[in-house]
Parts: sequence; C-alpha cells; structure tokens
Amino acid sequence: MSDAIAVAGLGRRFGAFHAVRDVTFAVARGEIFGYLGANGAGKSTTIRILCGLLAPTAGRAAVAGVDVAADPEGVKRRIGYMSQKFSLYPDLTVEENLDFFGGAYGFAGRELRRRIDAVVEETDLRALRGAATQSLPAGLQQRVALANALLHDPELLFLDEPTAGVDPVSRREFLALVRRRVRRGATVFLTTHYMDEAEYCDRLCLIYRGELAALGTPEELKDRLMKEAVLEVRTGRPLEAAELLGGLPEVRGAALFGESVHAVVENPDEAVPRVRAALEAAGFPGALVERIPPSLEDVFVSLVEERDRREGEIREVRR
Amino acid sequence: MIERLKRMMIKEFLQVLRDPRMLGVIFGVPLIQTLVFGYAVSTDVTDVPTAVVDRDRSPASRELVAAFTSSGHFRVVSAEGGMERAQAMLDDGSAGAVLRIDEGFAGDLEGGRTARVQLIVDGTDSNTARVVLVYANRITERFSGAVRAAPAGGVQLVHRAWFNENLESRNFFVPGIIAMLVMLVTVILTSMAVVREKEVGTIEQLLVSPITPAEFILGKTLPFAIIGYVDVLLVSLLGVFWFDVPIRGSVLLLLLATTFYLMTTLGIGLLISTACRTQQQALMMVFLVFFPFVLLSGFMFPIENMPRAVQYLTWVNPLRYFLVILRGIFLKGTGVEILWPQMAALLAMGAALLAAATLRFRKTSA
Ligand SMILES: Nc1ncnc2c1ncn2[C@@H]1O[C@H](COP(=O)(O)OP(=O)(O)OP(=O)(O)O)[C@@H](O)[C@H]1O
Ligand SMILES: [Mg+2]
Repeated sequence: MSDAIAVAGLGRRFGAFHAVRDVTFAVARGEIFGYLGANGAGKSTTIRILCGLLAPTAGRAAVAGVDVAADPEGVKRRIGYMSQKFSLYPDLTVEENLDFFGGAYGFAGRELRRRIDAVVEETDLRALRGAATQSLPAGLQQRVALANALLHDPELLFLDEPTAGVDPVSRREFLALVRRRVRRGATVFLTTHYMDEAEYCDRLCLIYRGELAALGTPEELKDRLMKEAVLEVRTGRPLEAAELLGGLPEVRGAALFGESVHAVVENPDEAVPRVRAALEAAGFPGALVERIPPSLEDVFVSLVEERDRREGEIREVRR
Repeated sequence: MIERLKRMMIKEFLQVLRDPRMLGVIFGVPLIQTLVFGYAVSTDVTDVPTAVVDRDRSPASRELVAAFTSSGHFRVVSAEGGMERAQAMLDDGSAGAVLRIDEGFAGDLEGGRTARVQLIVDGTDSNTARVVLVYANRITERFSGAVRAAPAGGVQLVHRAWFNENLESRNFFVPGIIAMLVMLVTVILTSMAVVREKEVGTIEQLLVSPITPAEFILGKTLPFAIIGYVDVLLVSLLGVFWFDVPIRGSVLLLLLATTFYLMTTLGIGLLISTACRTQQQALMMVFLVFFPFVLLSGFMFPIENMPRAVQYLTWVNPLRYFLVILRGIFLKGTGVEILWPQMAALLAMGAALLAAATLRFRKTSA
C-alpha cells in the first residue's frame, strides 16, 4: 500500500493510432499530481483508463492498489471523477443533482442529507442549493461538479481539466478547495494546460503526443532548463520580432508570450548584446532585452521544441 | 439497488416533466392524434343513402328506422321494394347501406327475445363503411336501451360489409392509435433519455459510479414504461368515452399485453440510443424505424393484401401483434386462449430486444 497510483508502460491504441504510449509514473498518497499536455496529447485517455472507464491496450495501472484492467468496479468505488465534459444535469437544481449522484452511490435518507450538507458547506454552495444548474456561471458549475465528486469521500480525486474556461479568480478558489481536500488526506490527479494551475501541483508529468516528455516537481523542471536561459524581449511588434529571433543562430527557440517574446539561449552573456544588435539592425529601435527566470511555460515550449527537433532529425535520417 | 433505481426514476421524471417538448410528446401528441383521427374518419360521413327493407311493418320497426334517420347519419332513399331492389341499388351505388328488418322483429322485442336487424354496407371505401357501422351500432344500442326500459328483449345489429370482406378484421382506429402512439412515445423518450446523457457528458459520471448496467437500463426504461401505461389509459378513455369505442375484453389482459409490447418498444429505444451520439441522430433513427413498423402492421393496409415476402417481414413487427391483441380485446372481447400466440411473440421479442440492448450497453461502456 505505498503509491496511490502506479502506472507502468501504459498504452492505449485506437486502431493504429497510439493515443497513449509507454507511460510510466507513480503518484504518492497526498500528492497533487499534474498531468500537463496540449490538446489531443492523451490526457483524457489516461485519466479515463485510470478511472476504469477505458481498458488499456498495453501496460498496467493500479489505483489505490487495485488493478484497473482486472477490477475497474473496485477502482470506481474508491475514486471521485470530474470528467472534462460538463458532468451535471443542467435542467436539475444543484440539490437535485447531488441527490441523484448521492443516490447513485447508494446513500439514502439521513446519511445522504448529512453528506450533501457537508459537501455543500465545504464548497460554499449553501445559497445555491435550489438554483438551476444551467443558470450558474462556469466557475460555480465546476464547484458543484466538485461537490458531486466528493459526496462519497473518495481517497483519490481525478479532475480532467477542471477549470477549463473558468476565470482566474474562480480558478484559484477552486484549487484552494482541492488543496483543502488534500490536507484531509486525499490524493489528486489533475490534467490541465494552464501553467498557473500546473505551478500549483506538487509534481508534474508532461505528456506530448501520447508519450511522457518530462516528470518532476515544477522546480526540478525549471532547474533542468537553467543551463539555458530565457530572454524576455519587448518591442512594439512582437510577431515580427519572434520571427526574426527564431532565425538567429544563438537562439534555440522563440515563442510569443502575450506582448513579449521569450527567446531561449545557451549563453546569455554573449547572446544579449548580439540579440540587441540584431534587433537594432532589423529596425526595432529601443527594444528591451532582459534575462528572466524561466516559467513552466518556457519549460514546456523548450521541451516540446527539442522533441520536435529530435523527431525531425530521426525523420531526416530515415529518409 | 432499490435506492439507486428510485433515484434514477425520480431524476428521469423530473427531467421529463420539466421539458415542455417532452410533455407535448407524452400528453399532447396522443390527445391530438386521437381527436384528429377520430374526426377525420367520422365527420364526412352523414346522410348515407339507405335502402330500407322493412318486412315487419310494425310500429317498432318504423321506430327503429326513424331512429336511424333522425341521427342525421342515414337518409332513406328507398322505403319500398324487396331485397333484390336494395341489392341493385347497392350495386349501382345509389344506396350506401341497406337496413333490413325481418318479420317478427316487433314480436321478438315484445317476447323479450333478441330482435335482429341487418345492416349491409358498401365496403369499397372501407373507412366510410367502418364509420357507418360504428354509427349503426350506436343507434341500435341506444334504441335497444330505450326499449329495454320496458320489459322487453334487446335489438342486435347483424352487419355485413360487402365487397371488402377484410373490413371486419381491420376494424376501428382507436386500437391502432394506441399501438402506434405508445410505440412512438416510448421509443422517443427512451432513446432521447440515454442519448442526452451522452450529449451532455453525464454518462461518464454515471459510468464511474457504482450503478450497474442492469440498474441503468431499468432506470431508463421503467419511467417510460409508466408513461406508456398512462398513454394507453389516456387514449383508451378518450376512445371509450368520446368516440364510443367498446371495450369488451379484459382490461387486465390489456395491461399484460401492454407490458409485453412496452418491452419491445423500450428495447428498440435503447438499441437506437446505443447507436447514436446526438439527440438529432436518435430522432431521425426513431422515425426511420417507426414508419416501416406502422406501414407493415396492418393498421393502414391489410397484411393479407401485401406481397408474400413483405408479409414475412411483418412477423418481426411488434406493432402487428399488439394490434391484433388490441382489436381482439377492444372489439371482440377475445381472451388469452385465442391471443396467446401474439402475447408469446411480443414477450419473446421484448426479452430478446432488452437482452441485446443490455449487452450492447455493456460493450459501449467498456
Ligand atoms: N474513442 C476514441 N477513438 C479514437 N480516437 C480517440 C478516442 N478517444 C480519443 N482519441 C484520440 O486520442 C487522442 C488523445 O485524446 P485525449 O482526449 O486523450 O486528448 P487530451 O489530451 O485530453 O486533449 P484535450 O486537451 O483536447 O482534452 C486524440 O487525438 C483523440 O482524437
Ligand atoms: Mg481531454
């Protein structure tokens, strides 16, 4: 009874397409484990396998010590799950939704009332019990969905992009609720492509095109990039600047970050004056070039670019 | 198990009763259909030219003829002449019906015996003929009730449709509407209820809960079975009290047969829902299967007149069997000793369809 989740060589094929391939990781009890990846990377597929909703085609996965392929029902009883799709009945009230899902878990009468009262209190939904679910804003709907997933006090919580489309304030509130559950002993597995949400996790797993690209704490992942440096470049025309920077020999990668451009360089002391000069020459007078600590997103972009480069080389060689 | 089922049913009812469109499907459509069918078939039949062959020539027989004419549905075009003349008029179309009262009519009535009158109708237009018979039945029954007030026998109408011998077996519209509507309503409701869960995404949440496939299927069928019963009741009551459709057989048998029939329609609804991803697809699919079922049921076209290959197809049509059962129970008062083959067919098909749906549901969720 050590790890909350243990995954080894896990894979899922749809026909010839590998949605998830050879993924291995473990999640300790009491951890918030972030599963990070772009659209279509295989996040939902992994989470559905772990919840016993989808059978894996390769490898093994154990959740709370139960093998998901051998005993999916055993897994289901121990976990709470918030699917990526909206998972409440929009035409029912908050209370009716909780009644229904509580009943689905076999609770009735006073026990059901007690549990509903508890989760409503925990997620601060007291005033909204009678509200039609579809009339609530996205942030509150997600909170109701969370309350739903907590009704049966699961030891593990699987949240598939729980805060997609939710404003930053509500997102922070939501994560605080999750954090509180973790303090009470729950383990959380959440998928996301929000970097601020990822920073919130104890450990991160980066998945890229179905394969595991990096695994570690947010700090570890950032440190790994410390041998390279990130320059923030501010000009009036970020798009053109990004294009120019991408073409420079000393820049390994350039990506847009809002109004600015982040350029990854190997040797910042030499690179900064050269980048300045190149910008000056190309008609970006007064551009600000500054070395900054890498954010997770920088890590993400640089890892993905490195991987693409490698795969490109492999393809070149094969040709 | 019971608790989970109860919760699922409460939820389904809440959702259905909160959706105005669904309320329309459940209550509006049956009422409107029954009324439309009832009147579409009946309003245009008045003043049927009738040849009267009165061989009794008694005050009682004249009273009966008067009852026919005063109803407004029959108009006497020939009161003299015998059967040959009446037949000739029926042949050339100058009469649409022949009312024949034999000698001894009044005597039978006074003697407390059943007095018989015969009505022969032109069956070329079977719909009209059917309605004419309904009227004639009603008139004689009323007449019979009036004379029965005195200590006397009743009047029995012996009718015969000429030129279209199938008329009697095809019979009246209310049983057909019951069978058709119950199928339409329950198939739509079931398939929609499941597909909606897929569309909204709640199905994932259900699959991850301890609800078993059997519980899910029961929870998705029982509420609509209940609604199906309500619809049968609704249309039956409307038929019996508004359109004077008799119900001669056992109501209990009717409910049992309805149960078997509902098993088939709910099974079909579930199967449709496993094959569809959106409510729109499901609705299209419902109508795609619904029309062949109706057309090949004997509701509109007699099965005996269909090509042989098509007749075989009707064997797997639950609507066909239910129609026979309904017409038997409503109009002929037939019992289970005659209707058991149809009942057995429905039960077998219902069990097979529900089993197939459960199996498919397991597979799609894995
Ligand atoms: N049932 C399925 N049949 C075929 N392909 C599938 C199926 N489910 C998922 N896929 C494919 O597998 C890949 C990974 O899908 P998945 O839903 O796991 O991505 P994701 O990381 O959750 O993406 P998103 O951020 O969009 O939710 C996608 O390319 C998707 O099209
Ligand atoms: Mg996803």
